[in-house]
Amino acid sequence: MVEWVGDLGLFCWRVARAACSRPFEGAEFLRQLDAIGAKSLPLIALAGGATGVVLSLQTRDSLVRFGAKSLLPSVIVFSMIKETGPVITGLVASGRVGAGIGAELGSMRVTEQIDAMEASAVDPHKYLAVTRILACIVALPLLTLAADFAGVLMGYVATTLAEPTSLKLFISNGLHSVNFNDVLPPILKTTVFGLIIGVVSCFQGMRTRGGTEGVGRSATSSVVLSSLFIIVADVLLVQLIIEFF
Amino acid sequence: MEQPPKRESPVAVAGLHKSFGEQTVLAGINFELESGKVTCVLGRSGTGKSVLLKLLIGLESPDEGSIRLVGQDLSSASPEQLNEARKKVGFLFQQAALYDSMSIGENVAFPLHRHTTLSSDDRLARVHQLLASVGMDRDLEKMPSDLSGGMRKRVGLARALALDPVLVMFDEPTAGLDPITAAEIADLIVELRDKHHVTSIVVTHNLRTAKTVADRLIVLNRGKILFDGTFDGFNRSDNPFIAEFVTDAA
Repeated sequence: MVEWVGDLGLFCWRVARAACSRPFEGAEFLRQLDAIGAKSLPLIALAGGATGVVLSLQTRDSLVRFGAKSLLPSVIVFSMIKETGPVITGLVASGRVGAGIGAELGSMRVTEQIDAMEASAVDPHKYLAVTRILACIVALPLLTLAADFAGVLMGYVATTLAEPTSLKLFISNGLHSVNFNDVLPPILKTTVFGLIIGVVSCFQGMRTRGGTEGVGRSATSSVVLSSLFIIVADVLLVQLIIEFF
Repeated sequence: MEQPPKRESPVAVAGLHKSFGEQTVLAGINFELESGKVTCVLGRSGTGKSVLLKLLIGLESPDEGSIRLVGQDLSSASPEQLNEARKKVGFLFQQAALYDSMSIGENVAFPLHRHTTLSSDDRLARVHQLLASVGMDRDLEKMPSDLSGGMRKRVGLARALALDPVLVMFDEPTAGLDPITAAEIADLIVELRDKHHVTSIVVTHNLRTAKTVADRLIVLNRGKILFDGTFDGFNRSDNPFIAEFVTDAA
């Protein structure tokens, strides 16, 4: 455990140093942004949409009992943008992106591709890790917006199937008390989730040992550790958001 | 054959020690490579031959001793100085270590793109030239997964030669190849020496490869240099380990 933390600290130092030095890997960053962001979009939107439907189905019954059915749009919108959207995005991305990065870099490590890169005077921390970590940091807030949008839209669809409502009324009821501080901090919170996914999965991938079995272990540990750290970070970040916003 | 220009030794190693935990891999290695010559490092599996190459290129750090790589003392080199030295060295890994996500052409272009200011047209022409020199210029768009072991090694060699290195390190270049392909790879190593005066260090346990390419043989055993000389001297040696090695290989 102590060795793992020490290695992680050293890895973060190397990545930070590499991120601040030239040349910047613009083309590779864009390639990773596409792989991590654009290719995760359908899955994240589906997860967000499904969550919106479940929120509508579950809360409708409770609100009807308390005579607060008119609050349903607000409950769906607030729930999606403040907590459910960011956390669902973080966890789904840690599954898809974390496993992908862990397995890819792990495979590159055991087949000596990372050594080959280093031997040809290219810093793998810069080319492989910095680009993926930055792509995760940039992609997560954008994916969260997509999850929020899909969640609210599918929440409306579920609501209107149970009791026909106009979209305009649903949106105006849902958004009328939403302000800037309800939207921005939760979205920005996901940059930290992106940082966690990027750092943990790159670190686990690049320290892979033990052939194909090691690659499997790296992929699994990338997902497990990213998810765990996202949940812990969420608790701390929610407390910070309440404190400062 | 043209006479190679006289140059400083591209690699000088003194008092090199390396251990992994309790296991001592290298225990006081000293040698200098002769410029423009091919030196083969022989030894049984697990005697630290590949570790020696990784130490020479700075992928591993020695426990003790000094390494001078193309004029740069690795123990005192900054990351930038180490990278400058590495640009003058090519490295062919045992399994070629081609980048899976890139095509053959992109693999060979990678060091050119990173370390030269060639235009994309000039880079493409250079990639064609390098791949033609190893007989692979028709496969530019193929992915590494589409290639056989021998083809991968040829492409790996083209990539290793991209920056016109003064020194090339070969880690088991003929391991796992059929005899014909192995002979072709060995011929490419000889051609590098004869036509381009490139210094090479070849780690192998294949005596046939060593016989074809080596100007000098270094035999490692139990972390030390057991023999350092020519192939004829190696064949005439009465050392029991070497005699067994020759017998087993025959």
